[in-house]
Amino acid sequence: MSEDRLGSAAAGGNLPPLSLHVPEPKFRPGDRVDYSHLVIPQAGAQPRPDEQCEAAQTHPLCLDLVRVLGEDHRAIGPWDPRLDAETLRRMLRAMAFTRAFDDRMYRGQRQGKTSFYMKCTGEEATSVAPAMALADDDMVFPSYRQQGILITRGYPMVDMINQIYSNRADKLKGRQLPIMYSAREASFFSISGNLATQYPQAVGWAMASAIKGDTRIAATWIGEGSTAEGDFHSAMTFAAVYNAPVIFNVVNNQWAISSFSGFAGAERTTFAARAIGYGIAGIRVDGNDPLAVYAATQWAANRARANAGPTLIEHFTYRAEGHSTSDDPGQYRSAQEREEWPLGDPVNRLKQHLIALGEWSEEQHAEMDRDLMEQVKAATKEAEKNGILGHGLHHPFRTMFEDVFEELPWHLKEQSAQAIHERQVKWPEWKEDEA
Amino acid sequence: MSAPVSITRRLNMIEAINDALDIMMERDPDVVVMGEDVGYFGGVFRATAGLQKKYGKTRVFDTPISECGIIGVAVGMGAYGLRPVPEIQFADYIYPGLDQLVSEAARLRYRSAGEFIAPMTVRSPFGGGIFGGQTHSQSPEALFTHVSGIKTIIPSTPYDAKGLLIAAIEDNDPVIFFEPKRIYNGPFNGYYDKPVEPWAKHDDSVVPEGHYTIPLGKARTVREGEAFTVLAYGTMVHVAAAVCAEKGVDAEIIDLRSLVPLDIETVEKSVEKTGKCLIVHEATRTCGFGAELSALVQERCFYHLEAPIERVTGFDTPYPHSLEWAYFPGPVRIGEAIDRLMKA
Repeated sequence: MSEDRLGSAAAGGNLPPLSLHVPEPKFRPGDRVDYSHLVIPQAGAQPRPDEQCEAAQTHPLCLDLVRVLGEDHRAIGPWDPRLDAETLRRMLRAMAFTRAFDDRMYRGQRQGKTSFYMKCTGEEATSVAPAMALADDDMVFPSYRQQGILITRGYPMVDMINQIYSNRADKLKGRQLPIMYSAREASFFSISGNLATQYPQAVGWAMASAIKGDTRIAATWIGEGSTAEGDFHSAMTFAAVYNAPVIFNVVNNQWAISSFSGFAGAERTTFAARAIGYGIAGIRVDGNDPLAVYAATQWAANRARANAGPTLIEHFTYRAEGHSTSDDPGQYRSAQEREEWPLGDPVNRLKQHLIALGEWSEEQHAEMDRDLMEQVKAATKEAEKNGILGHGLHHPFRTMFEDVFEELPWHLKEQSAQAIHERQVKWPEWKEDEA
Repeated sequence: MSAPVSITRRLNMIEAINDALDIMMERDPDVVVMGEDVGYFGGVFRATAGLQKKYGKTRVFDTPISECGIIGVAVGMGAYGLRPVPEIQFADYIYPGLDQLVSEAARLRYRSAGEFIAPMTVRSPFGGGIFGGQTHSQSPEALFTHVSGIKTIIPSTPYDAKGLLIAAIEDNDPVIFFEPKRIYNGPFNGYYDKPVEPWAKHDDSVVPEGHYTIPLGKARTVREGEAFTVLAYGTMVHVAAAVCAEKGVDAEIIDLRSLVPLDIETVEKSVEKTGKCLIVHEATRTCGFGAELSALVQERCFYHLEAPIERVTGFDTPYPHSLEWAYFPGPVRIGEAIDRLMKA
């Protein structure tokens, strides 16, 4: 390209030069955090339209924030799901269990027991509460931060840890990066490391369920950052076109590794507002309010089950920790963000609610935490009997070539023989059966 | 190969594909057909004509113009237990769906250790010679043969198209089924300035009624011969055969039919017999499937080779519109390669 075409204002005569806007987060490391720009409406103030309403009736909710738990820790308003104390305690326990699990697995990674881990600290409500509002056989297509679903559905923690350790008991045969679970018996789809791909897949599953006259629905999760992927928009289009019985969850935790939500369009509108353009129902919900999350999911599930169509739910929350064990959030955002987050912590908010109801106490909570820690510890010990990453107790060598296809074609047979040969050269005593 | 039933009639390739879809939809209520314009209209090439009327709108339906969405929902449907047969209207349009094919469908069985599979057959017309320009003429098969976990199938006759498509739909792995659209209606032989005979005059248009399969991974020896081996697939089988016939050379012509899995045994046997090998494909040359074939033949048959392996392909340019026949690996390009082999 020639000089006069690049960087010259002369091309446009006396028109003002164009300028490119590159989004910048409000706070960087060391900055004082001030969240006064965030509009946080009163709990209980949001209307709850009929579950089978016209999608457009929900659209004001896309720019609002559905909240149930007030400053006084009481549940208020039409979105209060009116759960009994036992259910609330179960929810609290599942969230606390998820947090205890995360803490232990994070430490395990730091101790070299596995290569990678991702916590969901601060976002527990966005997976635990939906898992409770859905039927256990509704199919979920999660992203990588919904371990709370498996824990809520009672999936064996030892199996989760076996997967994280890629050990010989790992049901996925050590093939997947830690936390990329697959649990068909828990109606939990195989997690992909490629972002947003699960979105159209969830729609396809939901369409299949509708084609077959089934009653089960699908739900899927995505981070706000990945809503920029084409898959997100394909999924929304297909769901709108076929009125698919699917719930789209966008977990807006403000950060995609080091890129703030502005790089997915948050400076312009909410993520829930994507629903408006597609003409489907949308709800923006306080993602740190477990009761609001439960209520929104229940609303969307009832709507989908009544053939009234898909719903997009934005969970407005905050990623309290790093993206994964591979990044240090101190390098790109202010540590004060977490401390000052105006919507609090979901575990603490539910705990305070139960205490306010007279159904829980600090002592009970401390005892529960101790118990959960012991359970996680016991599961970890159990899993470690099957090995930790890189310590030899992995799946038999030949399994590397299995499941590429249903049957092994000749070229993979040859490559398998080569791999075994290489191993025998390195360890002459090695035999496949002992692996 | 399961035994064909006795009643036969002559079909062109589109009719044979339509017949295969019809039979599989009839036999298996989990088979669904979807794609752009495949429903009421029956597809831009008519491959799905009449199916929606027969099986209803929830089993044969139009989709949004979103290949990412089409393949993505097919993965989800497969996870549910359906056996989707999505159509990508032209192979040239498949790229927006590539991530869903390469990272998802192809990897699902492996990454979930068999918990979830993607038993889909992606049908797509491919190849040029129809004045389709650069966006309606491409042959992207090598993009898929390079991916572990996908089978790539290309028929060259109506008989094969039906048997291979039924086998593909019944297969539990994702299959890319590329249909050479230049030979939908007749076995085009590369002599673009001469009339094309319709399938009705060709032996391989005799297609039995009912269900039969051709196993994926089995090549077909079109013609036995001694002078050299031709490895081709799709349209190029007919072009290569015509050039060999015109030159009166005793070539052994092998229609690969399935690129992955490849029938290496048939390839090896033939090259060991003839000692010479000509590879022909329409796709661009660099890193085309011919490169893989050439490497395999060299690795496995080197001491039987009496001449350098010949590779005739399309040029490494986009498919040009007005200069289509200059691009197409036609009789001149193939003929000169044959001359070199015969002289060696």
